[in-house]
Order: sequence, then structure tokens, then C-alpha cells
Amino acid sequence: MNSLSVRGRYKDLPSIGTLLFLLCGLFAFQSTHAQVDTFEFDTDEQQQRFRNLSDELRCPMCQNSSLSGSTGGVAEDLRREIHRMIMAGMSDREIVQFMFERYGDFILFRPRLTAGTVLLWFGPLLFLLIGAAVGFGIWRRAGKISDSDVELDKTQQERLEQLLGNKP
Amino acid sequence: MNRLKFYLPVFGFVVIAIVLWRGLSLDPRTLPSMLIDKPMPAFAMISVDGEPVDNADLPDQIFLLNVWGSYCLPCLVEHPTLMRLSEEGEIPVIGVNYRDKQELAIDWLQDNGNPFSFSILDESGRFGIDLGVYGAPETYLVDADGVIRFRHVSVLDETVWQEQFVPAIAELRGEGS
Amino acid sequence: MIPEVGQFSLILALCLSLMLGSLPIIGAYKNNYLWMSLARPLAAGVFVFLGISIAILAYAFVTDDFSVQFVALHSNSMLPDRYKLTAVWGGHEGSFLLWTFMLSGWMLAVAIFTKSMPLEFVARVLGVLGFLITGYILFMLATSNPFDRIVPLPPADGADLNSALQDFGFIIHPPTLYMGYVGFSVVFAFAMAALLSGKMDAAWARWCRPWANVSWGILTLGIALGSWWAYYELGWGGWWAWDPVENPPLITWLFGTALIHSLAATEKRGVFKSWTVLLSILAFAGSLLGTFITRSGLLTSVHAFAADPDRGFFILAILGVTVGGALLLFAFRAPLMKSEFGFGLVSREILLLANNVVLVVAAASVFLGTLFPMVYQAITADLISIGPPYFNAIFVPLMGLLAILMAIGPLCRWKRTSVGYLLQQLGKVAVAAIALGVVLPLVVTLEFSLAATLAIALASWIVLAMLQDIASKTANKATRMRGLRSLSYSYYGMQLAHLGFAFMIIGVALTSTFSSERSVLLTPGQDVGLGNYLFQFEGTTSVNGPNYVGEEASFTVFKDGEEVTTLRPQRRIYLATGTPSTEMAIDAGFMRDLFITLGEQKQGDAWSMTIYVKPFVRWIWLGALFMTFGSILAAADKRYRRLRRRQTDPISEKKSDPVGGELQASS
Repeated sequence: MNSLSVRGRYKDLPSIGTLLFLLCGLFAFQSTHAQVDTFEFDTDEQQQRFRNLSDELRCPMCQNSSLSGSTGGVAEDLRREIHRMIMAGMSDREIVQFMFERYGDFILFRPRLTAGTVLLWFGPLLFLLIGAAVGFGIWRRAGKISDSDVELDKTQQERLEQLLGNKP
Repeated sequence: MNRLKFYLPVFGFVVIAIVLWRGLSLDPRTLPSMLIDKPMPAFAMISVDGEPVDNADLPDQIFLLNVWGSYCLPCLVEHPTLMRLSEEGEIPVIGVNYRDKQELAIDWLQDNGNPFSFSILDESGRFGIDLGVYGAPETYLVDADGVIRFRHVSVLDETVWQEQFVPAIAELRGEGS
Repeated sequence: MIPEVGQFSLILALCLSLMLGSLPIIGAYKNNYLWMSLARPLAAGVFVFLGISIAILAYAFVTDDFSVQFVALHSNSMLPDRYKLTAVWGGHEGSFLLWTFMLSGWMLAVAIFTKSMPLEFVARVLGVLGFLITGYILFMLATSNPFDRIVPLPPADGADLNSALQDFGFIIHPPTLYMGYVGFSVVFAFAMAALLSGKMDAAWARWCRPWANVSWGILTLGIALGSWWAYYELGWGGWWAWDPVENPPLITWLFGTALIHSLAATEKRGVFKSWTVLLSILAFAGSLLGTFITRSGLLTSVHAFAADPDRGFFILAILGVTVGGALLLFAFRAPLMKSEFGFGLVSREILLLANNVVLVVAAASVFLGTLFPMVYQAITADLISIGPPYFNAIFVPLMGLLAILMAIGPLCRWKRTSVGYLLQQLGKVAVAAIALGVVLPLVVTLEFSLAATLAIALASWIVLAMLQDIASKTANKATRMRGLRSLSYSYYGMQLAHLGFAFMIIGVALTSTFSSERSVLLTPGQDVGLGNYLFQFEGTTSVNGPNYVGEEASFTVFKDGEEVTTLRPQRRIYLATGTPSTEMAIDAGFMRDLFITLGEQKQGDAWSMTIYVKPFVRWIWLGALFMTFGSILAAADKRYRRLRRRQTDPISEKKSDPVGGELQASS
């Protein structure tokens, strides 16, 4: 199964691989036959590193799945390379660098922090600060309301009950 | 001023809608290559014919490096263009037989014709990884110094050749002289 | 001929929805009783004709009418009947028809269950929904007609439904998800009706709330079903992938969660009115965004429909008109909405405010991460990928914060709570939660894991605070039982949903931390150990299904020498398309799942396979089930039923016998 034939098919035949709005995610596009490698590792830690690395790297030819979730040809080769490099004693950092040199940012599911991704990485923090500032503003104002204001709700409550028809 | 803050959501929405609108005309599948302006990766392998080949066997002029496989249907589509280019001597074409079987590759070349000066046999796809290949067909434009200058993913037909490769080659020749 | 009837029925539905989208709203504006009273019959009419349309499409599937293009592309004569029927939503066109039909179903429910509300209000709500449906049907007729024919030569057989979809999950997941998604359109319509009328009172919030609760509950269930389906269908134990198509439902869910909490404050205390309205619009925008992303091919996703920018532009136009228009209306009308009540510095209002801040920040962050690759590409022409590592890094801390707040909120009183009371109630709880978090994982697994410790501490924090709250709320009653009975359904609903969240925290954290897997090559008779379990490979037999052939492997699983279960994973080839597919074998358990994915037959009798042990993974979906039940329980609260009781007996409005009415209703 080769990448371009898949890409071509994708465009020609509408919705062959349509999985609607499924949240379920991660179907390899062509089918659901799951990948099963039988790599041997010396230690559990190596196996775990292998799993983490192939989770964090994206299958370049697939729609949007990690190497571990893909049956594509390149994904298979790249998993084999990861296994080889782990067994050769390379660090995670070196392995990721190896992949980056060949496939670029696209293969990294964890975007690098660069000038272009500052907003991405710090955007959520910014949102939180804005949210906290707005919330704090409301909180400050809330504090100024005295008890007599709070008591006002009696008549309001009656109007509500009336509207809802619970009272005549 | 206080009333203006209620316009913030609609303002934000307009910005997002413009971004989405712009996004519709982008193709999230045009993948850039990391090897542009980098030398071709070193290799010492055998060719589909069984001959040992390495970087020294590459032409001393601008050439095409075409990634293909006998299983790959789009490769058949671009095959006539490659045949024409190599028969008319317009540009040498080197093949990378990617994730294929040697005997299938030989049969394929016999059945369809062989546009390649030679094809690097990459059964395991290991050389493809060094090139950053996604899948066949892909075509790289390599200059006389063995530096990769351009990559095209998917079918290379006459239109693509005229619109993308011809200007790129002209530019390279201009630089070189 | 029959498919043309379906199309004709779709056009009739369009005509009716066009009238529904205009006349009642104008009628409400001009105070024209007749035009307003058209809303209910028109809504019923739209529902009926959309129903006929979808039934005819289903009929085309069941009768293998491959002259209909949509059927030809998504079915096959060998397909089992239950999948033929559900292949209706196996592709873009049919699933959009389902989506629209579901909306009309909600609309019908609104028409039926709102007899107690003023006609003017109902006319506006149904009018807004009719307007939406008009847009949807126009979209279908213009860009994606499910009844298009293949002329002149229809294919002899269909291309078949994607084998990944031939599964029970496919039957239930999309309809449930759509149902939840579309439910937020109803809440949106309520908000629009309020904005159009300029009247935003607490009555509005009370009318709206059960609808929001139920929509939210169904959406939760829909998302959970998708996650569960992915888990058992994918074959490598993934249950959430942060895919661009998964994110919009999550964004909708986060806004929806914020909304149901903010609605509580608006109903009970008349605060946060304009904010609540804005959230209704945002939740609806989230659902339309999901439609847009899936159907336009905007982002690369594993399960987007075939890319078609034309559809994208059309949906973007719908998005612009509805959400843009709504936000503009909001800008005009929101300043008129005065939140009338104040609240103290420590009060339930403040906790709900904090909850909303966290949820909206989470939604905005997921939104940012989803769309960022596109913005990046537009600016730099380069591609980046944003995947699970990013989203987890952003999302998990926010949910942790939410969990901390979640325990405090229910203990707070409206208006004002003394800090001393909170400390007295929660002090011991905090100590106990931390102790449990540290000790439990150590005792059970003998290894320290920060994730497990934090998760168990947070979950215990929520659960213990809940028990503490129930204890203190029932302490003054004569007996504990009477105390428990005195608490309202909506209180139990809330606590059940919160309990669900605690379950989810444990499920997510423990399964992420302690899952183990092993890939091996085995010949029959060999075995492999993983954790406390031993998997013995007995051999394979061939199996033949209705539209596939395959091999089935058999494994006996032992724990401490005792036989636990037998697992039979399969490997199939679907005949129509020749696609291979794996069927996992799963032994589901409360504390752990065992599952096996069968690979390929290698040399001789040897098969490759991967074996997984996933502790506590069921708790994720169990938690979601609790949330759904909680939301339904809350929506079934007496005070909403009282509303409904009244509508059946209009005279009681005048008769001033509210007590009698109440008694009947609650009996």
C-alpha cells in the first residue's frame, strides 16, 4: 500500500473513508487493520520509550495518526528505525532530531517552541490570565454589594414565580 | 465604552471566520521537504540491475531523482513523461526503487520501458527515510553539485514539468553560468 | 421513482421550514396571533417531511438501489441489513440529512413540551430553529443531495461501507453524538428568542435549563461512545486522539458544561445573564464548527469527509449568518440585560464564575491548538503538527484546577458563604484526599507515580467533599433516610455528574500510567506473560462472515494458574473491497481490560500479535455514563415537572390551586 495511491484515492472517490464526526479517532484511513510489530527489546524501559516515541511522532503519509497507530509503509519503516536506534543506544532526543532532519516539523506531534509557535504554547496561559483578570474584576465588584442589595430578591422572586405560573 | 465590550465577541468571530475562509483555499497535504539545498544523502547500495552504486555514479549535471515502485499506479501515469525526458536527452533521470521487490521492479521496467540511467534498489525503504520520502511517486531536482533543489510530490506529468520543473531548471542554469 | 419522492419531500420540508423561519418571528414582532400559532404545526410538518425523506433513503439502502449515488458509494448487496440501514449515515450526504432530521426532532419536542410558555416566545424559538433548518436543507439541495442518481448506467453493485464502520459502535455513536450536538441548537434558539424579545428574565433560564441539561448529557454520551468505539475498534488501545474532528465536540462540550453551570446561577440568582446567552451562542457555534471542519476538508484528520471546499464555503456562510448574526444581536441587546442580584466575595456564584473561566479557557485552548496548524501554514507556508503531547500539556492542568473547584462549589451557598464554614467542612477532606492519593497507588502497585497520586487525590477530594456535603445537608433531619429523600433530583443529578468526573480522572490517569503491552510472535501452544497474566495461544481456525472471510485465534488466559477467560481475536478480509481488518478480542473488567490484537501469520504457524493490559480504562466511560444520568436526573427535577403539569390543565392558571397541582405532579 503506497502513499500516493492512497492520496489519489482519497480525492477521487468521495467519502470512502468517511468516519463522520466520529470522535473515535485514529482510524488509519484505508482500513482498520491494526499494526502489530514484533520488535524485541532488552528492557521494559526500552519498550516504553519505543511506545512513547512512536506516539509522539506523526505518520508522514497518513491523515492524522501517530506512527504507533498507523499501518502505512513509511510508518512501518520509521518504527523499525526507531527500534534500531533505541537498540543502538541513541537517546530520545537524538532519535527525534533524526526524524526532524528528514521530515521536518510535520512529523513532530509536539511542536517545537520557536518564534512561530510562541503564541501556540503561551496562548492558553494568556487566555487564563485574561480570564482570571476578568473574573477578578467581577469578584471585586461583587464585594461592593451590600447586604441590603442582596435582600432585594424577594420581589424579584415573586415576579419570577408569577411568570412561571406557580403563583396566582 | 462599556457597551463596546459587547462587540468583542462579534469582532472575534469575524477574525476567526476570515481565518477559516482563508484556510479553505490551503491544501494541508502539500508537504515541504527538509532536504532542499542540502546535499543528496550518501549511499552505497546496489541498483535494480544488481550493480553496486554510490554517490560517485550520479551525473555531473542537473538531474531528476524519481522515487517509484512497481506497485504504484500513479507511477504509471507519469511514466510516459519520464520516458520522453530521458529519450530526448532533456535531463538524466535516476530512479529510487522504493519498498519494492527486485524481480518485480525488473519486470516492471521490462514491461513499461526504462527511463532511468539506473535505479537505486531500496527494498527496505531505509534510503527513502534519508531522503524524507513519504511515498512513491516523488521527484527531486538535484543540481550538478549533488545538492537537492526542488521536490515534487505525486505525479509528474507534462503540465507539472512545464510549470514547475522547467522554470526551476532555468533558474539553476542561470545561477551556474 | 421512489428516491425522487424522497427529494420532493425534502423540498416540501424546505418550503415549510422557510415559512417557519419567517412567519412566526414576524408574527411575534407584529403581535399577530395567527402567524405565531403557525409555528407548532409547521414544526410538525417539517419533521414529518424530513422523516419521509430519511425513511426513503433508508429504503433505497435496504432495497440495494445502486442507481442512487450515495447508496452506490456506501453500500453493497452483501452488507448485512443492519449496516445497510445505518449506512444512511455512513457518508457526508446521508449523515447531514440525519443531522437535519435530528434537529427537526428536537424542534418537534420543543413544540410539544412548551405549552406552558408564552406563545410569543415559543413562536420565536421555533422560528429560529426553522431558519436553521432552512439553511441546512438548502445546503443539502445545493451541494450534497443524498438522492442524486447515477445516470444512465448505475453500477451493478455498491462500493461497500468502509469496513471500519461495520460495527455496533457505528450504529449508535453518530446518532447519539448528533443528537447531543443538535440539542445545543435548541438552547441557542432559546437564547435568540430572548434576545429578539429583549426580555431576559430568570424565567428564560428556567425554561432553558432542562433542554441544556439533556443536550449536554446526550453529547457527553455521544462523545464517550465514540471514545469507546475507537478503543475497541482501533486495536491499540487508544481512546482519545486529539484529532481535529474530535476537538470540536469537545469544545462544544466544554462550552456546554460552562453553560449549564452559568444557567444555574442565572436561574437561581439572576446573575451572569448576558454571559449565559453568550455561552449558548458559543456552544452552538462549536457544533457548527464541527460540521464545518469535518465536511470541508479544512484540516487533515483521520476521519474527515472527502474534501470539498464548496461545501466548506456554504457551511461557513451558514456559520456567518447564524453565529455572526447572533453575536451582533447580542452586541445590541446585551447591554440592556441587567444582572440584578449581587453576591458576596465567597459564594457559589463566585465558584461558578471560576468554573466558567477554567472551562472557557480550556475550550479556547483546544480551539487554538486545532486551528493553529492552518494559521501557521497560511503565514509561513510550512506545515506543523499539533498532537496529543501539546493538548495533554495544556488540558490536563486545567482539568486539575476544575477538579479542585468542583469539590468546593456544591458546599458553597448562594450569595454568601463564610470562609470558616468552608474550612471546617473541607479541612479534613483535604487531608484525607492527599493521604489516599499518596498511599493507595503505593499499596496497590508498589511504585510511586505522580500522575496516579494526583489523580487519586483529586478524585478523593471530589468524592469526600460530596459525602461531607450530603452528610451536612441531611444532618438536621429526623432520620438520615428522610434527609436523603428531602434533597432534590437536581442536587443528586449534579452530584452524580461530579462523581462521574471523579471516575473519569481515575480512569484516564491510571490507564495512561499503568497500561502495559507486549508484541510477540507465537506458535500454537506457546504462551506469553504480561503483568500477572499468562496468555496461552491455542491456535487458529478459519471463519466466514456474511461479507468477509478470516482467521480466528484462540487464547486461554491464566492468572496465578487459574483460568480467567478465553479470548478470540480475528483477522478479516472484507470481500467487496478486499480490505483487511482486525477484530480485537477484549475481556472487559471493572479493574482492568485484557485485549489482544492479531497481526499476521509469519513463517509456519507463527502469528504476530500484541497483548495489552489496561487498568481502569472502563472508568472513563463509566464516568461519562454517570454524567449523562446525572444530567437527566437534574432535568427531571420537580420544578420543571411542575411547569409541565400546568400546561395540561390551563384552567389551573386561573384557579389558583398551585399546591394541589404540585402534589399531583410529584405523585
